[in-house]
Amino acid sequence: MSEEDGDHHSSEATSTNSLSGSHPPDQVLETVLESVLQFLTCRRDRNAASLVCRSWHRAEAFTRSELFIGNCYSVSPARAFARFSKVRSIYIKGRPRFADFNLMPHNWGAHFRPWVSAMARAYPWLEKVYLKRISLTNDDLALLADSFHQFKELELVFCEGFGTRGLSKVAYNCRQLRVLDLSDTEVTDDNVDWISCFPEDETCLESLVFDCMENDINFDALERLVARSPLLKKLRLNRYASMRQLYQLLLRAPQLTHLGTGSFGLIENIQNLDDNQECNYYYSAFAACTSLVCLSGFKDVMPVYLPSIHPVCANLTSLNFSYTNINPQQFRSVIVHCHKLQTLWILDSVCDEGLQAASETCKDLRELRVFPVDADEDIEGPVSEVGLQAISEGCRKLQSILYFCQRMTNEAVIAMSRNCPDLLVFRLCIMGRRQPDSVTGKPMDEGFGAIVKNCQKLTRLAVSGLLTDKAFWYIGQYGKLVRTLSVAFAGDSDMGLRYVLEGCPRLQKLEIRDSPFGDAALHAGAHRYYNMRFLWMSSCRVSRQGCEEIARSMPRLVVELVRYDGEEGSFMEGDSNSFTVLYAYRSLEPPRNDAPESVTIL
Amino acid sequence: MGSFENDLNLEATELRLGLPGTEESEKGNGFRSSNKRPLSDSEAKQDGVEEKGPKAAPSPKAQIVGWPPVRSYRKNSLQQKKADPEAASGIYVKVSMDGAPYLRKIDIKAYKGYPELLRALENMFKFTAGEYSEREGYKGSDYAPAYEDKEGDLMLVGDVPWEMFIASCKKLRIMKGSEAIGLGCGL
Repeated sequence: MSEEDGDHHSSEATSTNSLSGSHPPDQVLETVLESVLQFLTCRRDRNAASLVCRSWHRAEAFTRSELFIGNCYSVSPARAFARFSKVRSIYIKGRPRFADFNLMPHNWGAHFRPWVSAMARAYPWLEKVYLKRISLTNDDLALLADSFHQFKELELVFCEGFGTRGLSKVAYNCRQLRVLDLSDTEVTDDNVDWISCFPEDETCLESLVFDCMENDINFDALERLVARSPLLKKLRLNRYASMRQLYQLLLRAPQLTHLGTGSFGLIENIQNLDDNQECNYYYSAFAACTSLVCLSGFKDVMPVYLPSIHPVCANLTSLNFSYTNINPQQFRSVIVHCHKLQTLWILDSVCDEGLQAASETCKDLRELRVFPVDADEDIEGPVSEVGLQAISEGCRKLQSILYFCQRMTNEAVIAMSRNCPDLLVFRLCIMGRRQPDSVTGKPMDEGFGAIVKNCQKLTRLAVSGLLTDKAFWYIGQYGKLVRTLSVAFAGDSDMGLRYVLEGCPRLQKLEIRDSPFGDAALHAGAHRYYNMRFLWMSSCRVSRQGCEEIARSMPRLVVELVRYDGEEGSFMEGDSNSFTVLYAYRSLEPPRNDAPESVTIL
Repeated sequence: MGSFENDLNLEATELRLGLPGTEESEKGNGFRSSNKRPLSDSEAKQDGVEEKGPKAAPSPKAQIVGWPPVRSYRKNSLQQKKADPEAASGIYVKVSMDGAPYLRKIDIKAYKGYPELLRALENMFKFTAGEYSEREGYKGSDYAPAYEDKEGDLMLVGDVPWEMFIASCKKLRIMKGSEAIGLGCGL
């Protein structure tokens, strides 16, 4: 039972009470226990420890300093904070992942307000907040900045709802701020120069990430900030940073380990500077950054400047070219130097050739993501089964792959399953819906079957292409460690879903869209839903009745039905029996009261 | 893909909201009868894909919401850059605009003609070029796109045939309209 459920099931388990009374030995025992539990950091170990008996439960709750809330609606702040009184870091996740793809209304929920208000009272010593897919406002940030005097780290991933005004409060008030990380987070331009709001003396900043911010910043202020932040190791600029600005910052901060280069193509309007001269300047700036291990950005790349990063390539463990539209030759000229690379994110513009080049050099590769330049279904794609095969042959240590393509074969997928047995994450997105093996014309069942069979550590799987129930039979049969499964346009019948629900004991997150699974399958999984974080089914065959039955028989399961037209971006009119999304999750609380009108909670 | 239709039993995988086994009536339980639903669009288009008939420029398969699963931030970032994958052979020239602090560089070979080039410039620098005529240059705008050719002469963009332009353009400059008067008379 994960800890965000609080006492839900553990109270039933802790019946032993032979240590009743307050004999000194028990006090000593509990104190000793607390001292020992301090060292337990892994939350799953802590959950296990908390189930031993009441005494352990208490001691564990008292010593837990990192609180992880996997679904912000599964437990209320009050309940969570009542159990854990000494929290210093908190992780909260909100919206389900498919909401990123326009399948849910923007005002669906996942607000920070109730959490930050409660935290302000419960944890005045709070140091770290990490939010994923949460909506927060400027006021929330102001409250955060005012309430936590030892605040050190703020990480917002896929969040939105606030602007530069809120940021300025954090910059100004959080004097011990070490980390401000706004990865993939939308920030509105309130016309506030937040960079200038950092304290004037030396800062503790170690990480400043704002690479997805779509507004300009005060560069002079940034340069001064970097100059007075001797501990700065991670800096990721947004696309408004020009080459010259990047150059100046590199000169100021050669100690950087993680760099986001911004545009890598925006050039000052200085008429008489020669390309080669420029490149040499940048080359020497990079050459001075001997600690650089992670490079990203390149959002408006001028390929002619790419050679300037060559000095750092040999040390790079992580390279993110996923916004960088370069061709195979341009890519090859960089990748051949990257022997130590472990993480590589690229666009399919590098083609199978580029993947081949990567497979020849990056023998230590652990994570690969290949994104499409053209997220379209009807085109000839530049990467295919050839690239996948090459990677599998060259990068035997691969643990995680996300691969968008227009064509794929079972053979290549099977090859990967054999060559890369350490895979933990396999996400293949064949962009044409229900597309079969492009050589044999058969379904992709065997390929995915081989993955679950041969990659025995697999915890996350995303399937695509033409798939029959057989594929799901394989998953149920072999995917014993799978925790996250994403399904789209796949399967023949209810049996497909049943195989998975009955066969995968570790399944936590199941997201399905546009697949022919209906009420019978939904009911067949009832025994699983309390042990899962959530179930998402959109545009499948479940009916309102079926959902109502589940909701009735499972009082601790919140069943939300959403009516949302992603195309129109609006609440769908129409008869109230219809819905587009079923989102069900376990919760210790009564259903939330902050849902918009497009959401019906059964 | 043709012969698979029968084997695939498309009917069974036909997507709709409703209890399995119900008849194919539009008004089944839970099925909304409106042609706005992406679902109905995709059903219609499924047949269209197999055909590949002589329809000139068939409308693309209806874009299904959220598919392929690429976040919109990423999609928008890449919209601007559908660069030619063979850009290694491209001709990059600097583009400046009077009064703007930054230069850009573009590959003029990536464009098929003046209209495309002008549109791209307008998007990049957020201005409108106005109407071009041989005699009067660019009318109706504060800015005029000009270029410097191999001989160092400043010319109005559009004055020479496209192929000649590609071969002779060294750099582009978006000038203030007032300064551009008199250009183009050099021909």
